[in-house]
Amino acid sequence: MSGGFLSLEGVRKEFEGVVAVDTFNLDVDPGEFVSFLGPSGCGKTTTLRMVAGFEQPSSGTIRLAGQDVTYAKPNQRNIGMVFQSYALFPNMTVADNIGFGLTVRKENSAAREARVTELLDLIHLPDKGKAYPFELSGGQQQRVALARALAIRPQLLLLDEPLSALDAKIRDELRTEIRRIQRQLNITTIYVTHDQEEALALSDRIVVMSKGRMEQVGPPFEVYNYPGTPFVAAFVGQINYLQGQVMDPASGTVTVGSATLRTTSGIEAGPGQPVTLMVRPEELEIGDHEENQVKGIVESVNFLGAIVRVRVDTESGMVTADLFNERLLELPKVGDTVTVCFPPHACWAMPAAS
Amino acid sequence: MTVGGAQKRPPRRRYGTWLGVLPFFVFSGLFLIAPTVILGYRSLESADGSLTIDNYRHLTSDAVMRSYGLSIRLSLTTALIGGIFGFLLAWAVSIGGLGRRLRSALSTFSGVASNFAGVPLAAAFIFTLGRIGFVTAAFELIGVDLYGAGFSLYSFWGLTLVYLYFQIPLMVLVILPALDGLKKDWREAAENLGATPRQYWRHVALPVLLPSILGTMILLFGNAFGAHATAYALTGGLLPLATLLIGQQISGDVLNNPGLGYAVAMGMVLIMAASIGVYSLLQRRSEKWLR
Amino acid sequence: MAALTISTTPSSVATETPAAGQPVKRNRFWAWLFIALGAAYFLLPLVATGYWSLRAEKDKLGFEAYRRLFDDSNFFPAFTQSLVNAVAAIALSLAIIVPTAYWVTLRVPRLRPVVEFITLLPFVIPPVILVFGLIRLYSRPPLLLTSTYGKSRVVLICAYAALSFPYMYRSVDNGLRAMDVRSLTEAAQSLGASWITILRRVIFPNLRVALLSGALLTFAIVIGELTVALFLAQRTFGPYMAELTRSKVYEPSAMAIVAFALTWSALGMIALITRPRSRQ
Repeated sequence: MSGGFLSLEGVRKEFEGVVAVDTFNLDVDPGEFVSFLGPSGCGKTTTLRMVAGFEQPSSGTIRLAGQDVTYAKPNQRNIGMVFQSYALFPNMTVADNIGFGLTVRKENSAAREARVTELLDLIHLPDKGKAYPFELSGGQQQRVALARALAIRPQLLLLDEPLSALDAKIRDELRTEIRRIQRQLNITTIYVTHDQEEALALSDRIVVMSKGRMEQVGPPFEVYNYPGTPFVAAFVGQINYLQGQVMDPASGTVTVGSATLRTTSGIEAGPGQPVTLMVRPEELEIGDHEENQVKGIVESVNFLGAIVRVRVDTESGMVTADLFNERLLELPKVGDTVTVCFPPHACWAMPAAS
Repeated sequence: MTVGGAQKRPPRRRYGTWLGVLPFFVFSGLFLIAPTVILGYRSLESADGSLTIDNYRHLTSDAVMRSYGLSIRLSLTTALIGGIFGFLLAWAVSIGGLGRRLRSALSTFSGVASNFAGVPLAAAFIFTLGRIGFVTAAFELIGVDLYGAGFSLYSFWGLTLVYLYFQIPLMVLVILPALDGLKKDWREAAENLGATPRQYWRHVALPVLLPSILGTMILLFGNAFGAHATAYALTGGLLPLATLLIGQQISGDVLNNPGLGYAVAMGMVLIMAASIGVYSLLQRRSEKWLR
Repeated sequence: MAALTISTTPSSVATETPAAGQPVKRNRFWAWLFIALGAAYFLLPLVATGYWSLRAEKDKLGFEAYRRLFDDSNFFPAFTQSLVNAVAAIALSLAIIVPTAYWVTLRVPRLRPVVEFITLLPFVIPPVILVFGLIRLYSRPPLLLTSTYGKSRVVLICAYAALSFPYMYRSVDNGLRAMDVRSLTEAAQSLGASWITILRRVIFPNLRVALLSGALLTFAIVIGELTVALFLAQRTFGPYMAELTRSKVYEPSAMAIVAFALTWSALGMIALITRPRSRQ
């Protein structure tokens, strides 16, 4: 199964004066797995639905494998879609559901049955062909929905928050399943989710969206470690904010409260200007063995198993440090005065929003 | 019921709780069940007081058969036409996408119209399609003589037209929630898989809606079958409907056989019970899919 | 950041795309057609009747028909009788249904199927059959209840209450579900209230909307009811209207408009009070 080359150029969607999606530009390679990630209302589902054909862009072009499909009807795009609510037809068996796309294309029943069997095997539900959707669990229904979308050999696979209605454990299992199948078939895939863990785990690239705008596009490692905007930094993973003032842009030094901290990521503001230093909790450690140090009082210590989350109240605000658990670890106590430290390359500066 | 004495509650509780629903059962017994039972009992009575099912055998007599036949024909016709057109109206305001205000207007109007039956409805239609009715006169203006051509409001089809005034709204009221139950996702999933709107209706929407539509049509059937007031007000007994026959039997003994009169009534009860029963069954079936 | 490789995979997309820049319009022609036909069918009789009701005076549009109607010596007595009957039937129905629904929900849920079945009996026993049975049952000693007008009237009111059961019970049941009656009752009990107090101060007040809906629906049914009143020889509004239709020419049109207005206001009020509250 080969994928198509998907291209969105200047795609924009307005609803009654409200801009739902603003100038969306993206090129997706064949076989690539791209996630649209963002909070509710950010426009990710609207964009997906425009690719599927259920919404028409107010302006812009959508191309699939070289063809302009911007205004093509949904039933003519050969795109497979998996809905959040599964949307399995209740009056049909699992086999009939999966074969529906082929029935509609008037394929002969032998070919259709063979394809259905093939897909039932793919989703590991070989003996559920004659069951009805209401007899299946949520996870099984979602797998059938996936099989149904794949049955028509689509060029593009779209998934709209397919796992959000499922329990955490099933979600993890199904997540891996989806990626496995996607790789096996090498089908170009767009995946919409608000769960950043999901996006990070599954994608080749992530598009982070907020209020209709694309905030950043890039591989998970890059989006996480080199967030392009404050929104991305805060939405993907946890982030600590240290408010301070620029001391010397050339050397990357910043005064935060009574401490002087340094960053190697460059500062785009002049001396004396307000700036926010950002650093991920896992980069922080308790002690004074790194160059940047901030003192504070331990406010809480949460043992989460593999991670120990320590919240420290510093003069520049609350700071969260995630420490890796070790059996010989000596946990700080609530009320202790501690030093939180981190290396200069672990943080970056953003001009403070006024 | 006292609040204290928790330990001794079970026996006293059982006694007390039955007391709470007693008025309901007594009242229903007196004014719903007993009247029906007495009819059933008397229908099994022969002239000298012994038990017999002869009265039911006489149900096949000409007069009764004609009545039942006419009532059944009328009920089937209005159920079918009312069902189809009611469905189309409900479709228009829900999936057809004509806006929330039109939908709630149709909903409220249907609630009113389904209760408008009886004398006012008959009178309204007399003024519309009676011999000197508004529409009759309008047709005359353009040279069409309705009554001369054979049409009459006081006939089978005239009555059908009048009955539809409360049948269609009843269908609309009951089928609207069912149409809401048709998830938008199904339509989109079908479209996404390549189906045209016709294919979607044929393979998904209509099969899912069928139990509801069928069940409601049966409800409509029962509704028309048991209707008396409208027919009485319109035709006064001209058309020998089953309910009118029973009405005449109440005032006198038009069948010359009181036992038969009771049997006719019980026959109607059985038909109504069957129709409500089938409707409930189909309704439960459709709820499974349209929750 | 995206690598711009150009794929040359042959596509299988159908080539029937509309001209670029032409979004697909939603075709609502059929929907409007059906609504138009429906509106014509439903509004025509009302228009016709309204028109006729204004034509009692020759060649003039006026309210003469309405004047004659309200001046008719039988109009107000008949209407008042129906009004009183309706109120009585509603009160009776409420007095029976509300405690029953409450009991079934809280104390004896086992009886729910039986109670629900009984409340649906009026659909199985149409009014003409019910009155048939009532007369045969209560026109002979020892249960002689139809010997006087007054006693027959009581039977009438009871019959109306019974016929209102399906609507009243469903309304009250929905209302009880919506107010989570179990928790409220347990809270009241833990504070020491007796069951009468609970009914009076907790249940009834919270059921106001449901009770009103049921009452208005019953009102609409009772006010113009013909069949039962006719055979019980009651001089209520229904038989009055029937008599009017046979004897007068113009008044029946005014009467039909009045009846429609009554039904509409009663049911319109239900729609108003049951509108979802935006505060919540």
